[in-house]
Amino acid sequence: MPEQMSILSPTGHLGFTPIERGSFDIGVSRRPDAIVADSGSCDIGPQPLGADEHCSPAEWQRHDLELMLLAARRLGVPMIVGSASDAGTDRGVQQYAEIIRELAQQHRLAPFTLATIFSEVSRDEVARRMRGGARVEGLDGRPELTPEVLARTDRLVAVMGVEPITHALDQGAEVVIAGRSGDSCLFAAPAIRAGFPEAASYYLGKVLECASFAAEPFMGKESIIGTVTADAVSVTAMHPGQRCTVASVASHAMYERASPFFEHVAGGVLDMTHCRYEQLDERTTRVSGFEFRRDPVYRIKLEGAGKVGERAVSIAGIRDPYTIRHIDAVIGWARSKVEERWGAPGARYQLYYHVYGRDGVMGASEPRRGTPAHELCLVVEAVAPRWEDAEVICALGTRNLFYARLPEVRGTAGTAALMMDEVLRGKPGYEWTVNHVIPLGDPLELTSVKLEVVGR
Amino acid sequence: MTTRPLVELAKTIRSKNAGVDQITFDIVFRDRQTYELVKQSRALSPEAVTRLYGIPRERLTAFVEFDPALAIKFTIRRERPSGSPGERDVFGAQQYAPLFDLPIPV
Repeated sequence: MPEQMSILSPTGHLGFTPIERGSFDIGVSRRPDAIVADSGSCDIGPQPLGADEHCSPAEWQRHDLELMLLAARRLGVPMIVGSASDAGTDRGVQQYAEIIRELAQQHRLAPFTLATIFSEVSRDEVARRMRGGARVEGLDGRPELTPEVLARTDRLVAVMGVEPITHALDQGAEVVIAGRSGDSCLFAAPAIRAGFPEAASYYLGKVLECASFAAEPFMGKESIIGTVTADAVSVTAMHPGQRCTVASVASHAMYERASPFFEHVAGGVLDMTHCRYEQLDERTTRVSGFEFRRDPVYRIKLEGAGKVGERAVSIAGIRDPYTIRHIDAVIGWARSKVEERWGAPGARYQLYYHVYGRDGVMGASEPRRGTPAHELCLVVEAVAPRWEDAEVICALGTRNLFYARLPEVRGTAGTAALMMDEVLRGKPGYEWTVNHVIPLGDPLELTSVKLEVVGR
Repeated sequence: MTTRPLVELAKTIRSKNAGVDQITFDIVFRDRQTYELVKQSRALSPEAVTRLYGIPRERLTAFVEFDPALAIKFTIRRERPSGSPGERDVFGAQQYAPLFDLPIPV
């Protein structure tokens, strides 16, 4: 094991918005031992996974991959990118691998070994394991996965741990493009492979995965560097205006997580309960005291999304104060007209009224629901298996806002302002059907690693 | 008893998805004194937040005081997974606003 290892983290989601060049170049000048980024998230909703599309523009993905690739090859250090192309599907891995091949050719890079790691899992594979007795346990209060819910799922990915990545590095990979991965595992993998303890390695990953979000003041897409030793991790902001402080680093431990003390990864849990934070210099904080416990059974997370239907959206405004006071009756009227023709909402359709200006953001949790604004924006959202049906239901549910029957309405020529008498086609509606863990006999079971030589 | 709204005492008040089924809320303070004041007041409590958001206690899945970050943090289970049809806040990023007005005895 070397005495220390440094990893450069340039972005918390490669391609989402372009990496900032200035702090990245400063980071590269520090000669890190690896450049690592994750490129996906389940935050973006179920549609990119379900439909197998990326939500980041291809141009920005290429921009970020180009910066990382050229710097990593110049330094001769590994480049690791996980959760390729937002959802980490096989398509995403192939897309990124193709960009890497094109960039290698364009820049006439000396030959290097590219590993692609695939972690998409077929519905049949999960069904087979379930029939074989595997319990696919729900996370965050979800019930165990059933064949019915699995049948509603269009696409699944396994969220890989460190093992497929260390396996690829063992075989000589210099650039790794991985499918859906645990964010912290991408950074932990090279550290674990170099011999650093799991606790320090996973903490390194945990603190680096969102790049400059671990620093203050708030800035996105700026680079930070984490340095791991046997028992501590130091993290430094690369942007001249940012600092990694005890407050910013500790605060990051709780970002996007239910608990600031535990980080679950494939095969175990990082325990941060007894972490100690010290300010080393103005821009660097050192953390120690973390622990890692392996799970008795190796389990890996599965994410899955299924299509609910085609989605139609339209927009209406309300300005009449009497109508605003009776907005629920207006919506009730419009719903009743839809139900006359289509029956109650359910399998045939879903219909939602988003009432901006009252509770469009908070719904039933809005404490100020009783005091709506002087004008309201209603977004009508209809979802049905067929687009033609969604479109008609949306039109019916919107136009009847215009014809609402209220006992004392003065405006008898129309009770809503239509921004346009038009129904817009949204991307289809999807749902996260799978947020579960499945036990594995071998950490490499649901992933496959392919190696190739790329370049001149 | 004098009270001040939480927004005047906290440095950061934010909400964000914690996975696809939960939204987590972070209230971070600038100094230990303010943090301890709010913590000791018990005005920001599991009961207070379930009342403020009008949700049953079982939807509050975590409530922690996190001393190293001078932060109080809680997590609620979503009504349905993020991004499903009918979604209001895909990232859960604007759900913190009602916390601003929470009165804290000072």
